[in-house]
Amino acid sequence: MLTVTGLTKQFGGFMALNGVSFEVREREILGLIGPNGSGKTTLFNCVSGALVPTSGSIRFRDEELAGLTPDAICHHGVARTFQIPRPFRKLSILDNVAVAAHYGAAKRSSEAAARARAREILELVGLPTDGAASTTLLGAGGLKKLELARALATGPRLLLADESLGGLDPAEMHDAAEMLKRVRDQYRITIVWVEHIMAMLMRVVDRIVVLDHGEKIAEGVPRQVAEDPRVIEAYLGEKLVLA
Amino acid sequence: MSGPRLAAALAIAALVGAPFVPMGGMRQYVLHVAIQIFIWAFIGSAWSLMGRFGLVSLGHGAFLGVGAYTTVLLWNHFRLTPWLGGPAGVGLAVLVALVLGYPCFRFRVVGHYFGLVTLAVGEVVRLLIIAERDCTDGSLGLTLKTAGGDSLLAVQFADKRVFYYAALLVWLAGLWIWHRVDRSMARAALEAIGEDETAAASVGIHVTRFKLGITVASAALTAFGGALYAQYITYVNPDTLSGIGVSLKIVFAVVLGGMYSLLGPLIGTALTTALSEGLRIAFGLKFLGMAETIYGVLLIVFIIFLPAGIAGGARRLVGRRVAPVTASPA
Repeated sequence: MLTVTGLTKQFGGFMALNGVSFEVREREILGLIGPNGSGKTTLFNCVSGALVPTSGSIRFRDEELAGLTPDAICHHGVARTFQIPRPFRKLSILDNVAVAAHYGAAKRSSEAAARARAREILELVGLPTDGAASTTLLGAGGLKKLELARALATGPRLLLADESLGGLDPAEMHDAAEMLKRVRDQYRITIVWVEHIMAMLMRVVDRIVVLDHGEKIAEGVPRQVAEDPRVIEAYLGEKLVLA
Repeated sequence: MSGPRLAAALAIAALVGAPFVPMGGMRQYVLHVAIQIFIWAFIGSAWSLMGRFGLVSLGHGAFLGVGAYTTVLLWNHFRLTPWLGGPAGVGLAVLVALVLGYPCFRFRVVGHYFGLVTLAVGEVVRLLIIAERDCTDGSLGLTLKTAGGDSLLAVQFADKRVFYYAALLVWLAGLWIWHRVDRSMARAALEAIGEDETAAASVGIHVTRFKLGITVASAALTAFGGALYAQYITYVNPDTLSGIGVSLKIVFAVVLGGMYSLLGPLIGTALTTALSEGLRIAFGLKFLGMAETIYGVLLIVFIIFLPAGIAGGARRLVGRRVAPVTASPA
């Protein structure tokens, strides 16, 4: 459903992404991994429109996304979460999600419908649905959930989840990984997931794309990628352990 | 009727009845001050439509001047009724807002830089008015040509009570618009934009369109206030209706009263008006610039100690007393 071809992003003399091509298939969870600075977040920023790619094409369901503004891409059905949660602190938890449900959907619904949808999603991720609850009540885990809820509220077909588990304890991490699966099944969406915690990623994803220094060095099912010598090398010899 | 609603209804009734309270020889003066307060409070509300979402304009004098001068010039030169001249002024101010806003928002000129751009636009309008002296009488200002007695068509009335009710109505309309914005989902979108444009855009909010929309609304209301003020005072001057001075006066009153509160602009305007009237009576022409100096000192004191303004500070205090456990209302 998403076909990225020759995606290149240059910052001055620095190649953040150099001709990356890969494909995301309908309803899969694709893991995107790579060492720090390998270009994962830049890739997300290009697909979600926060950055305009230097060259290359991003085709989503037969439409070109490269060069569109973030709000237009959101309306096309691509939502993203941020690596460091960016909640709207002046809004209640409910309004954070409701505003996304109202303005993010391809078809604008009524404000009441947006609030109802926001409550439903907050319930799914396990956050308070009461209209007065403030974001100051949320810890790291709660903010990650809010980030996910806000992205889901826009009604995406493709969710770009940026390191959604960092800062969580193992039990929370397990729950969150299960939640991504549940979200995929319940909303019938496709997910591209950037995650540092390899064991968890390996357990949940269908396929993996590995980036290093802005280039794709491997792509395939988890077991196959984990044994790829280039991947092992990129991770400085750290062998990927399948949990 | 609930408590707050009842209080509001009583307050409005008192304001409607006020001109008929016996005041001896003071009636004209009291009405004059009240009219000014309502008009400037309305303009303050218009300003805070933008200001509260982080779009701090230091050049609302531009819209004020365009609204006032367009109305007066069309009447003086072409005898066009303010009922049409006013909307023309509002339309022109909207055009100025679009020309100012679009490039700023498209290229993400935000925060202090946006403030500086607006400051410049306010000055440009003032200088334009002064430069076009053949048409505007330059820095001497321009007196509204009389229609020869009371005239609904010319919006000229000798009785101040007419303007009192007009100003009261306009101010209430301003509050209603504020209230409508406050309760809509658009407020949430604007708050989101004010906080984090990147995150707001990522959930589908069209950042440029929203900022432009609220700027246009704010400019239109400000221009309308300017036109009304000109009709009341029957005199326009580039220094009192455009440029830095009046722009900052609007900002100051609102910051003093509280830009996040419905009644903030009114409280701020009432205080600054009382202050300048008091100083004028106390010092006359002896200490020119004294009012501005005291304004300046107060502004600094307020920004440091009461950043949410008088209304916001009071609400926070009450909120703390009622519910000491919960966080203060945002």
